[in-house]
Amino acid sequence: MNSTLQNNTKKKRIAPRAPPIGSTGAIGWLRQNLFSNIFNSLLTLICIYGLILIIPAGIDWVFLSSQFAGDNRFACQNTGACWAWIDQRTGQFLFGFYPEQERWRPFLAFLLLIPALAPWLFDRVPAQKYLRIFSVVYPVIATILLVGGFGLPNVASDKFGGFMLNLIVGLSGIVLSLPVGVLLALGRRSRLPLVKWVCIGFIEIVRGVPLITLLFVSNILLPIFLPPDATLDSVVRVIIMVTAFASAYMAEVIRGGLQAIPSGQYEAAKAMGLNYFQSMRLVILPQALRISIPGIVNTFIGLFKDTTLVIVIGLFDILGIANAMVANPDWLGLSTETYVFVASFFFVICFSMSRYSMWLERRLGTKGSTGWSS
Amino acid sequence: MLSIKARDLWLNPRSRGLFFQLLVLLSLASFLAFISANTIANLQKAGLTTGFDFLSNQAFFDINQRLISFSSQSSFGRALVVGLLNTVLVSSLGIIAATIIGFLAGMLRLSKNWLVSRIVTTYVEVTRNVPLLLQIIFWWATFTSLPRVRDSIEIFEVFFLNNRGLRGPSPIFEQSFFWVALVFLVGMLATFAVSHWSRRRQMETGKILPVFPIGFLLLVFLPVMVFWGLDEPLAWELPKRTRFNFIGGINITPELLALWVALATYTGAFISEIVRAGILSVSVGQTEAAQSLGLRNKQTMRLVILPQAFRVIIPPLTSQYLNLTKNSSLAVAIGYQDLVSIGGTILNQSGHALEIVAIWMAVYLSLSLATSAYMNWYNKRISLVER
Repeated sequence: MNSTLQNNTKKKRIAPRAPPIGSTGAIGWLRQNLFSNIFNSLLTLICIYGLILIIPAGIDWVFLSSQFAGDNRFACQNTGACWAWIDQRTGQFLFGFYPEQERWRPFLAFLLLIPALAPWLFDRVPAQKYLRIFSVVYPVIATILLVGGFGLPNVASDKFGGFMLNLIVGLSGIVLSLPVGVLLALGRRSRLPLVKWVCIGFIEIVRGVPLITLLFVSNILLPIFLPPDATLDSVVRVIIMVTAFASAYMAEVIRGGLQAIPSGQYEAAKAMGLNYFQSMRLVILPQALRISIPGIVNTFIGLFKDTTLVIVIGLFDILGIANAMVANPDWLGLSTETYVFVASFFFVICFSMSRYSMWLERRLGTKGSTGWSS
Repeated sequence: MLSIKARDLWLNPRSRGLFFQLLVLLSLASFLAFISANTIANLQKAGLTTGFDFLSNQAFFDINQRLISFSSQSSFGRALVVGLLNTVLVSSLGIIAATIIGFLAGMLRLSKNWLVSRIVTTYVEVTRNVPLLLQIIFWWATFTSLPRVRDSIEIFEVFFLNNRGLRGPSPIFEQSFFWVALVFLVGMLATFAVSHWSRRRQMETGKILPVFPIGFLLLVFLPVMVFWGLDEPLAWELPKRTRFNFIGGINITPELLALWVALATYTGAFISEIVRAGILSVSVGQTEAAQSLGLRNKQTMRLVILPQAFRVIIPPLTSQYLNLTKNSSLAVAIGYQDLVSIGGTILNQSGHALEIVAIWMAVYLSLSLATSAYMNWYNKRISLVER
């Protein structure tokens, strides 16, 4: 019996065979990801049909049958999009009513923004230390460039507009709302009941109402609240309100991060003899902020998108310029082209912000809670 | 030493805390005093009075979009109620649509089908990264540039889409329709009772009652039989085309339509992310454990996966609903007459800025406080009981 078994086993090893054609390579991928069963195959076919309908028509509309030159909409005879306004209007879309001969100033301020931001966003930037010092001075430089002074002619803030205004309000809001948010979050967890309730009241009231009502407040009520002869610049008012709004959301995101820190960390900091501010600055906040990165960036994205709301109080940001152009008799009815153009600005910035936060998360090796801001 | 030194007070956490709180109280009080003094001075200078008496004054403006009767002779107060109802209308329509879109997109994004998940991802990323206000204005511009009434787009010869909005049939209820509604209501209560009773019986005896067929009988079959038995007491009034416009039927204005589509697709994208995270949060081990216990696929989903996923989904979902309601105030940009828009009109006419802003804040704050109260209650109810 033993011998028969041995006879039946082959002496030679079988060479490994290639996997079936259907399970590897392009065909295998297709079978696994697109045609795994009847329902999925049907879904794939429907999707492909839809894409065939949409994509060529879209490319045709945007590029092939579109027109890029002309003085007004009547010059656009093609069936596709009419982009003729771009070369006339780009300046306005970017800078609003900023005087044309001074537009190099906001442009320079924008260029200087890159070295000011880079040392904070990335590691291993050359001359990191000096750039960080530069970024602390940057707000002053940018303000002088935009508003005037030191030999530069003054430009009134009601001339600010276009995408420049979105960037000014958005960046100021982002820079200011983080520290205010940290303070509010710490205040909400304070042992002192009065501090705690003031912070809770502020956070809940601001989070409870739409930003639009806060902007109305800044427009209508601030002049009533201030002394009769005092005035506040409209852009500054908007920045204050947007910062207040974003910092309340920021406080909640950071509070989530603070709550996730185990109490052992607090106790250890105390046992080391650190006082409250030292333990927060050196032990708790570095960890809490790291956990909260996704939520913080989400709040930033929401804040930047919300800068378009300034149109309801009569400022002309990029969306306001777009609305004015759509209503202009020369370019009447070009709403799709205009709004797609404006949307692309926001998409590029917000999408890269969210990708950056994902990259940062991966690099820091954290997987924290996500704040769901709008 | 008996005398208390300032240094001792400073080193004592209690007295130091008291000192800081006193500081906060003083600065808060002086800030409030500063504001109220300015306000009184400014109001006196402008010759304005305060108080809510103006709400009973005549409004002198008209509102196209209304759920209750309103004319230019009605009062400011009634105008605000019309605005509030319009906010509630667009928010509830938006919440329903956003939930459907969000759950569908969230599940499709997890689909094994590569193409489907890519397409849904594109939708989510594009809508989330473009300002909502821009989307609202875009949809409004699109809907108002649709063909004129004469060249309306017909959908099944019942709905008509044109630059004045979407017109569809309106239901006409006859009196006997009451009985159909009553039977449906009773059926609903009975179904609840049966499912409750059968669950208890299953706990005690292990016997399973076919609840679904019974529910179908009570909720669908019986009302339909009564409906036919009473000779179909429900008719549809179809829109009739005249030379310049349609008569009859219900018209949804382009403003409402634009706001609805924009709010639903925007919030739907956020909800889809929440749903995806919720489903992913339930580990595979849970499914395997349920299957090894002998639960069927449907039972695994209903008894094991969904309860755990919903624990993660519900809290952010509620805050998305709240966000949608607050975002509906962007209606002011396209002239949909919601609470903020009508409040703004009244504010311009009467000059009562403080009162109008107070009303806005009160409405939105009570909505959000009610929501967070519900959320706290829900969180407490479903939070894991740790042993």
